[in-house]
Amino acid sequence: MNPERHAAVPDAPAPDTPRGADRPPQAGRKDVIVLDRVVKRFVMGGEELRALDAVDLRIRQNEYVAVTGASGSGKSTMMNILGCLDRPCDGRYLLNGADVTGLNQNELAEIRNREIGFIFQSFNLIPRISSLGNVMQPLLYRGVVHAERKRLATQALERVGLGARLQHMPNQLSGGQRQRVAIARALVTTPSILLADEPTGNLDSSTADQIMQLFDELHKAGQTIIVVTHEPDIAAHCHRVIQLKDGRIVQDYQNAH
Amino acid sequence: MFILVESIRAALNSINAHRFRAFLTSLGIIVGVASIIALVCVIQGLSGSVTRLFQGLGTNNLAITSFTSNEKQLSGQFARLNPEDLNLIREKVGGISAITPVLISVANASSMSALSYSSKKGYSRVLGTTYTYQKLSQMVPVHGRFLTDSDNRTRRRVAVVGEEVRQKMGMPANPVGEYIEINGEWVKIVGLMEPKGDAFGVSQDDYVLLPYDTMQSLIGNQNQSDIQILLTVEDLTAAGEIRQRITRLLRASHKLEDNQEDDFKIQSPEQLLSSFSDFINAITYFTIGMVSISLLVGGIGIMNIMLVSVNERTREIGICKAIGAKRHHILLQFLLEALILCLLGGLIGILLGYGIGTAAAHAMNFPLSGVPAWAIGLAFGFVSVVGVVFGMLPAAKAANLDPIVALRYE
Repeated sequence: MNPERHAAVPDAPAPDTPRGADRPPQAGRKDVIVLDRVVKRFVMGGEELRALDAVDLRIRQNEYVAVTGASGSGKSTMMNILGCLDRPCDGRYLLNGADVTGLNQNELAEIRNREIGFIFQSFNLIPRISSLGNVMQPLLYRGVVHAERKRLATQALERVGLGARLQHMPNQLSGGQRQRVAIARALVTTPSILLADEPTGNLDSSTADQIMQLFDELHKAGQTIIVVTHEPDIAAHCHRVIQLKDGRIVQDYQNAH
Repeated sequence: MFILVESIRAALNSINAHRFRAFLTSLGIIVGVASIIALVCVIQGLSGSVTRLFQGLGTNNLAITSFTSNEKQLSGQFARLNPEDLNLIREKVGGISAITPVLISVANASSMSALSYSSKKGYSRVLGTTYTYQKLSQMVPVHGRFLTDSDNRTRRRVAVVGEEVRQKMGMPANPVGEYIEINGEWVKIVGLMEPKGDAFGVSQDDYVLLPYDTMQSLIGNQNQSDIQILLTVEDLTAAGEIRQRITRLLRASHKLEDNQEDDFKIQSPEQLLSSFSDFINAITYFTIGMVSISLLVGGIGIMNIMLVSVNERTREIGICKAIGAKRHHILLQFLLEALILCLLGGLIGILLGYGIGTAAAHAMNFPLSGVPAWAIGLAFGFVSVVGVVFGMLPAAKAANLDPIVALRYE
């Protein structure tokens, strides 16, 4: 294991963190996400299925939220809606106070590029290009010139402890390292929310711990993080847990941290 | 501009990642373009050497030959030009600076006559003509002299030969003074003419020239002989008028009724050249049309591979869309990939076609005149159109993918 990586990810939270776990999450911070009676319906085999059934949700800046639930509970649909990959059938979605409900695909692409950093279970790196190239990619769609893209991407990779792996191709990296590249790619655009979908699902438990520690660290630095997961210990790691069942929020509680 | 540069960069990356497949994909285009360019090379070379050939004949020249229509041929009536026609023109038409009869031996169908020299036997074209022929055909003797007026008047048994005849009969470098046998009659060689080289792989130096009257006495049967008349007009602008006068004169002398066709033809090298050019152009357009079809097939090949590639990269497209790629980002990347494949194919095709054209020119022994700019422009233009047209469908398919579906694609 690369010693530099350990250095970049401290084991325990520092007690004097300015914005973090020791403060209540609602303390006057602005709403990043507001879902107002959001409905998402699918028609399957002639039967209407409510993947999300009039969901209300409010997530403030710098919250560290786990969205959990059994398979078919509406987690993935929730993630697609929150990530602006999909549009609700009914209700409103305010992202940073702006209504994104009625936007078209190109406008949603721009919102995703500016506001959302995706982290996927299977990493979803582009196999043909280096880790640096992968992290530079989202800035391309923002029209950032090549030299600046390179500078920002290098910074982001250094931040996740991969400063020495810039030119490696995805298949030359371990699972944990690939997920770090994906996190760097999500961070490079300085998004409002980091949206992780089962980020540790493809990793062994010790690598998963390291990734979660990286999330803790990012949260302490002020990042709003939403983790979609079905694993209870990952959910327990987050500060707030939202549990879905049959398209409704059945539990919404703060973890004692 | 930024998007264009970045999309070209991405397209080049992706082509570079699958070099061999890219090559196979553009093979149809390569072959199509190579055939167009090779063809144009060959045709240009050919028509260049034909043009030079006709220029060698002199542009002020007119050739009068007998002409028998198909119906007349069937009834066994063959039109002829005879020495009286020649005399008539000589006496009654002004503005002619030189005129000569040419008698072609019609011993056999290929108009070749048997020759022999020492123990060697061979065939060549034997023509009977006068000293004026030298001026009309712009021949220069290397050794000895051309035929003279006195050769003709005294029916001397002399001959002038071309370089090709000297070589194939195995004569010495200076054949003047040697004797050859033509159809059983011995004649003395008095001159060797400067070689004119090949046209279409056929030697222009394969001839034996005899004095007109000598030839007539050799083949006998004077009334049956058919001659050609070559003449040079003094002033090219008067050529049309001279043609009309000759036509009237010959029609009257041949006692043709008003409703009958001419039984002779008056041709100028320019006329032959322009009808040749028309013919060459027709062939060019036709073959370019044919090759265009092969380029279309090449384009369909590119579309096919691009569709496969879009399928294969569905997940990647999903990723790009998730991290903020808009429709036009994806569209442009795939469209440019198809276009670059086509242009690269076009470039390789041009080089390959030029190589084939050069080899063909070498093999067929005519000078290469190079690839004209219009052919290169045409090839690139066509290939670009093919790239855009056949790249559009796969690119649109990629751009219209739903990011959620694409991300879930395995």
